[in-house]
Amino acid sequence: MDFINAILVLLNYTIIPALTYGSQLALGAIFVTLIYGILRFANFATGDMMSFGTMFAVLLTYYFQSLGINLGIFPTALITIPFATFMMILYMLSIDKFVFEYYRIKKSPPVQLAMVSVGVMFVTQAIIRIIIGPADRTFLDGEKFILKASEFKEMTGLNEGLTIKSTQAITIVITMIVVSIMFWFLNKTKTGKSMRAYSDNEDLALLSGIDPKRVVLITWVIAGILATIGGILYGLDKSYRPFVYFNNMLPIFAAAIVGGIGNPFGAFLGGYVIAFAEIFLTYAYKKFFTYILPEALEPNSMMQILSTDYKFAVSFSILVIVLLFRPSGIFKGKTL
Amino acid sequence: MKQYLNVITAYLIMFTLIILVGIFQSWSLALTILNYCLISAVMTIGANIQWGYAGLINFGIMGYTALGGLAVVLISVAPVGEAWSVGGLNMMICLGVIIGIVFSIRLTLKKIVRSKKRNYLIAAIIIIGILLLRLISAPAIEGIEAVEPAKTGFLGGLGLPVLFSWIAGAFLAGGLAFIVGKVALGLRADYLAIATLLIAEIVVSIIKHEDWLARGVKNVIGLKRPAPYEINLQQSPWFIDLVEKFHSGKLALVNSVSEKQEVLNQLVIDASSVYVKLCFTGLFLTVVIILLIVTQKALYSPWGRMMRAIRDNEEAAGAMGKNVVKQHLLIFILGSAIVGIAGAMMVTNDGLFTPGSYRPMRYTFVIWVMVIVGGTGNNFGAILGGFVVWFLWVEAAPIALFFINLFTAHLPETNEIRVHLINSAPYFRFLVIGTALLVIMRFRPKGILPEKIIKN
Repeated sequence: MDFINAILVLLNYTIIPALTYGSQLALGAIFVTLIYGILRFANFATGDMMSFGTMFAVLLTYYFQSLGINLGIFPTALITIPFATFMMILYMLSIDKFVFEYYRIKKSPPVQLAMVSVGVMFVTQAIIRIIIGPADRTFLDGEKFILKASEFKEMTGLNEGLTIKSTQAITIVITMIVVSIMFWFLNKTKTGKSMRAYSDNEDLALLSGIDPKRVVLITWVIAGILATIGGILYGLDKSYRPFVYFNNMLPIFAAAIVGGIGNPFGAFLGGYVIAFAEIFLTYAYKKFFTYILPEALEPNSMMQILSTDYKFAVSFSILVIVLLFRPSGIFKGKTL
Repeated sequence: MKQYLNVITAYLIMFTLIILVGIFQSWSLALTILNYCLISAVMTIGANIQWGYAGLINFGIMGYTALGGLAVVLISVAPVGEAWSVGGLNMMICLGVIIGIVFSIRLTLKKIVRSKKRNYLIAAIIIIGILLLRLISAPAIEGIEAVEPAKTGFLGGLGLPVLFSWIAGAFLAGGLAFIVGKVALGLRADYLAIATLLIAEIVVSIIKHEDWLARGVKNVIGLKRPAPYEINLQQSPWFIDLVEKFHSGKLALVNSVSEKQEVLNQLVIDASSVYVKLCFTGLFLTVVIILLIVTQKALYSPWGRMMRAIRDNEEAAGAMGKNVVKQHLLIFILGSAIVGIAGAMMVTNDGLFTPGSYRPMRYTFVIWVMVIVGGTGNNFGAILGGFVVWFLWVEAAPIALFFINLFTAHLPETNEIRVHLINSAPYFRFLVIGTALLVIMRFRPKGILPEKIIKN
C-alpha cells in the first residue's frame, strides 16, 4: 500500500507535470528546429512568436466569452486555435516577406539572420505589449479538473490522491495529435519529403525541381501552427504573461539542441528530457521516501537535489554538458 | 581630417541631442542619460572587441555585467563580522573544496588515459564534491542568513574604496570568461550565442538565489560612492557660495531676503545633484577614453591585424602558424573583462545592487543592438552606437507620447484607444530599437560608422 502511495506521489508531483511541461516545450522545440533546419538560422524571436499567437487566443477567448460562446467543460480557447493560428501564420509570412527573405536570397551567414531575428524579437515584443500589455492573464475556463484528489481518495481508499488537471490532459492529447500529424506529413507526403530534401542539401533539392518558395511557405505554416498551439497550451496550463514567454525561449532552445538541432524527432524528445530533468532534480522527495522507507530510516531533510530556484539553471546545465560532449545532440542533429 | 569628418559629425549630432534634452527636459536628466551612455559605451567596447575584432558572438553580456556589479558589493561593503564568525570558516572550507575538486579533475585528466574508467572517476569526484559542499555549507548558510536578515544576512565585502571594485569586476568577469571560453569557444557561431546566453542565465540565477553572497533578490542598497553625497554638498559653504556666484544674475532679480534664501536653497539642491552626476561623468569619461586609446592602439597593432586575419579566415590564419584557439580565448577574456568594468561602473552609479534587474533583454540584446547599429569593428562606431541606442531607449517613451498626443489630438480625452496608447507609451522603446536594428541591418549592414581598414 505504501508503495502505491509513493508511486502516486511521484505521478502527482513529477511525472504528470513533467509530461505536460515537456509537451509544451516539445512543440516549441520542433518549431525552433524546423526553422533552423530549413531556413538555417537560430530564431531568437521564438518565445515572442509563441506569445504573439497566444495573445490572439487570449483576446478572442475574452471576445467569445462576452458573446456567450463556450465549449462547456472544455476551455473556450480551443475554439480560438484556428483563428489565432491563422493570424500567427499571417504575421510570420509578412515578417518573412519584409525581413528574412532579403537575407535568404542574399545567402547571408546564419549569424546575420540570427541578429535579424533579434530585431524581429524586439518588434514583436513591442507589438504584443502595445496591444495587450505586460500583465499576467488567465484565460482558462470550463472544467478545471478531470480527477480531483479527494474523489480519487474516496474511490480507492488510499492516503494519496491523484489529481489530473484538464489542462494537463488537453496538453498531452493535443500535442500527441499535432506531432503525429506533423511527422506523418514530413515522412509520408511528397511535400514533406521535399522539405526534408531541402533541409538536407539545398542545391541538390533545387536541381531536382523543388520550389524553394513553396518549401519556405510551408515551413512557416507548420511553424505557425506549432508556435500557436504550444503557446496556447502553455498559457492555459500556467498563465499568459509576455515576459514569461520570452524567457521560455531558453529551455526551448535547450530542448532543441539537446535533441540535435534540425532533427524534429530529437527536438520532440528533447522537450521531455529537459522537462523531466528540471522537475526531477528540483523536486523534494521527502514524502516519497517517508512512504517507501521503514520508519527508522525516514529522512528529516527535504531530500531535494537542487532548490526550485535553479529550475532553469538545470536545463541550461544539461545543454552545456550536451554541447560539450555531443555537440550534435543526443539524437544526432541536422537530418530533417 | 577628411576621413574623420563623418565621425565628428555623428558625435556632434549626438551631443547636440543630449544638450537639447538638457534644455527641454532638465540638466539632471541629460547628465543621467550621458552617464548611462558612457557606461553603455564601455559595454559596447567590450562586445565590439569580441564581435568586431574576432567575430566571436557573446550573448552572455548580462552575466559579466552582473559579475561586475557583484564585485562592487564584495569589495566595497563593510564586512559583516557576526556573519563571518557564524559561517565564515565553513564558507572558506567550501572554497577550498571547490579548488580541490577542480585540481583533482585536472589531475585525473592529465594522469589517466582516456577511458570509461576516467569518466566514472570524474563523475564520482564531482558528485562527492557536491555532497561535501552541501554538507559543509548548509549550516553555515543558514547561520549567515539569520544574522539580521532585514539588514544584512550576508557575508559582506572587504570594505575597500569602491573604485577598486572596478578592477575586481574586470577580474571576476575575466575569470568567468576563461572558464566559459575553455568550455564553449569550440562551438559554431550560433551555438556559441545560445550557450553563452544560457551560461549567463545560470550565473545570474546563482547571484539571485545565493542570499549569503550578496543578499540575492533582497538587494544591497546604500553602496559607497566615489563622489560626494548631495546632502553633504548642500551643507558645505563653499558649494553654496559657488552656486550663489553662478546664479548671481538670477538671484539679483529677487528682492526680499527670505525669498532669495528660498530660491538659493532650491538652486543648491538642483546643483548638488548635477554636481554629483558631473563627478561620475568625469570618472566614466576617463575610463572610456583610456579604453578607447588602448583598444585603438591594439586594433592597429600587429596583434590587431592578426585578430582580423583570424576573424576573416580562421583556417588561413591557422595555417600561417597563428594559435587561433589561444587568441580566441584571450580576446574572449579581454572583452568580457571590459564588460565587467562596465557592470561595476553601473552599480557604482546607481548605488544599489539589484540582481533581479539583470535580464537578457536589457543587458544582452540591447547592447548587441548598440554594437551593430554603431558599427562593428570600429571603436568609435561602437561607442556611438552605445550613445545613440541608449538615447533612443530612454527618450523613445517621451517621443512616442508626443506623437500619440499629436495623432490622437482630435479624439476626446477619455477615448479608449487614446488612453490605451498613452498607457503603453513605454513599450514603444522596443519598437524603436527593433526597427532601428532591422533598418540598419538591411540598409547599412556595417553600422553607422563602418570599420575602416588602414592599409600601409
